Amino acid sequence: MKGQTEMKIIKIKKEAWGQGLEKLQSEFRLFGPVADKDGFEFKELAQGQLPVMDLGNTRLSAKSTVYPQTQVMFNYTLDESKEDHHIMKEVDLNGQPQAVIGLRPCDAASFQLVKRNFDNPEYPDPFWVRPYEQSTFVGLACDNPSPTCFCTSVGGGPYSENGLDVLLSREGEVILAKVITEKGEALAKAAGWDTDADENVFDERRDAAEKKITAKINSDQLKGKNANDLFSAPIWEDIAFACLNCGTCTYSCPTCWCFDIQDEVKGTEGKRMRNWDSCMYPLFTLEGSGHNPRPVKEMRVRQRFMHKLKYYPDKYDSDVQCVGCGRCIDLCPVNIDIRDVCETMNNYKPLKSES
Amino acid sequence: MLTYAEKIRELSAQLLREDKVDMVIGFRKGSLPMSNEPCMVKNPGDADKLVWDSNCGVNLASYLTDRKERIGIIAKGCDSRNINTHIIENKIKREQLTIIGVPCTGMIDKRKVSNSVDFDIIEVIEEADKVIVKGAGSEQTFDKKEVLRKNCEVCIHPNPVVYDEMVAEKVDINQDVDRYADVREVEEMDSDDRWQYFEDLLSNCIRCYACRNACPLCYCPTCFVDESQPQWLGKSTNATDTRGFHFLRAYHCAGRCTDCGSCETVCPMGINMRAFTKKLEKDCLENFEWQAGLNTEQRPPLDSFNPSDPDAFVK
Repeated sequence: MKGQTEMKIIKIKKEAWGQGLEKLQSEFRLFGPVADKDGFEFKELAQGQLPVMDLGNTRLSAKSTVYPQTQVMFNYTLDESKEDHHIMKEVDLNGQPQAVIGLRPCDAASFQLVKRNFDNPEYPDPFWVRPYEQSTFVGLACDNPSPTCFCTSVGGGPYSENGLDVLLSREGEVILAKVITEKGEALAKAAGWDTDADENVFDERRDAAEKKITAKINSDQLKGKNANDLFSAPIWEDIAFACLNCGTCTYSCPTCWCFDIQDEVKGTEGKRMRNWDSCMYPLFTLEGSGHNPRPVKEMRVRQRFMHKLKYYPDKYDSDVQCVGCGRCIDLCPVNIDIRDVCETMNNYKPLKSES
Repeated sequence: MLTYAEKIRELSAQLLREDKVDMVIGFRKGSLPMSNEPCMVKNPGDADKLVWDSNCGVNLASYLTDRKERIGIIAKGCDSRNINTHIIENKIKREQLTIIGVPCTGMIDKRKVSNSVDFDIIEVIEEADKVIVKGAGSEQTFDKKEVLRKNCEVCIHPNPVVYDEMVAEKVDINQDVDRYADVREVEEMDSDDRWQYFEDLLSNCIRCYACRNACPLCYCPTCFVDESQPQWLGKSTNATDTRGFHFLRAYHCAGRCTDCGSCETVCPMGINMRAFTKKLEKDCLENFEWQAGLNTEQRPPLDSFNPSDPDAFVK
């Protein structure tokens, strides 16, 4: 676990913010929300580029900063005149340290949920673990949560420090930074941010922000339910009817981690990469034999919700695999709403209990 | 709009009660402002769930593909044209369908509304031709025509072209509209600018395939992007592969697209991929005097040959 530090709050004025970020760029690759057409997304910041800090959450999550949609894992050559032909060579994962600036507490928490999958003792995944370890997460607290934010009912909050090294809170031009970990302390030092704040307004602002969150999910009954009962419940046809089986929910979700491995060869040079995949696609489960265990969309939709709300909590003895960012609700083209699906699952009672 | 919904409920309940259909496909109220969810209703008692307002933009013909039941379906102008296309392409049989026609007054562009206000939207109410947008302590009123989807602004077939019942009198059609101003703008660009235009257009595509999956024409059992033996197209975020997907998909819709706007509406990134399909639609109109889905008697231009077909491209 990251080293905890004695809580320290720093005051950063407008000029110091820009100057500090610029200083950081000599040491870190910086990622932050930047304008992209009519929305904004996490991208690597160009030299001197400031992250957008005064709008709501990004359209897509911050997961791409550690786990990009396309990630090369190995390179190889088919040129037989080369000594190492046909040998996979792992890409260098010891890159420059990076800092993700301005991610919201929901996105920060998502890395902690996803970590259970990628950083488990049995199969640690270096392609996720290394970039994650090299990252410092500088979060931005949410003083104006959106109507579809429900982080507080899945263990998070607009001022949650879970998964963060620094938590920022903005008021006008002044930014207050709460340093949470040693990593965060090192970043603040490298940026030259060292003016102690005279007051701690975090608790007060947290209470005010939490009060603004009106959306919620109820998952309290799910743990006690039999997974097979839910699996065979007659609820899925109705839930799934509208679904187009596009990948919008999974691609925008900070906690969806599935990928597909592909080789691409151009001339004699090849690369093996992984790309985000989606359990909404028929190809996701299509086997080499031609058999597909999830041939129809009801099954695929059921898989997504069962994984997030039932299998994951059961497997890891944890809360649901959802951080309440609300993106899938906002972006679903046919308005399938995880809050409603969770409610249906939570209230479901089998006609004849098998237990 | 309210009367539309009442009539839809009444007709749907009747069809189900009289056992003329096994289900009715329509919309139910969504959980967010400006959103409704496509749904099916199987019991007459559930017909009162059905709604109709200016947030029913998803093309319901997509939900008919290869279904075997007897289906009642709510259809606005574009849906009805895609139902005809489905019938021509043997994806559904006319005898299976009872079409409840809705004369359409245009659908709201949710993104346009969201981008036009500077508050979080809590509620959107339609009153006559006004759209009232409410936030916490804020309110803004638009004329509906200011916030229509782009395809609805230039629609010349708002009335269903095929139906068994109609929920209201047909609406007036604006025939004077210039349907292709945006296409001409792109046609007039030099090749470099045009390339740049398309590159910018697709720059933020995440290959989620929402456009394809919402499209009533995209029903191939295995889409070319999913072909793996051999693989036709790379699956990464490579720009060439992304363009390949959009170009090929558009061409596959040539002479079939009704400009229903579903693709653009569902795109999470707000990409106007209609820039491609509309150009092809214009070409079909100019070369073959063809508009897709107006009837089931005529074969579409790309699956029929006529000696009078233009051949100026043969040099």
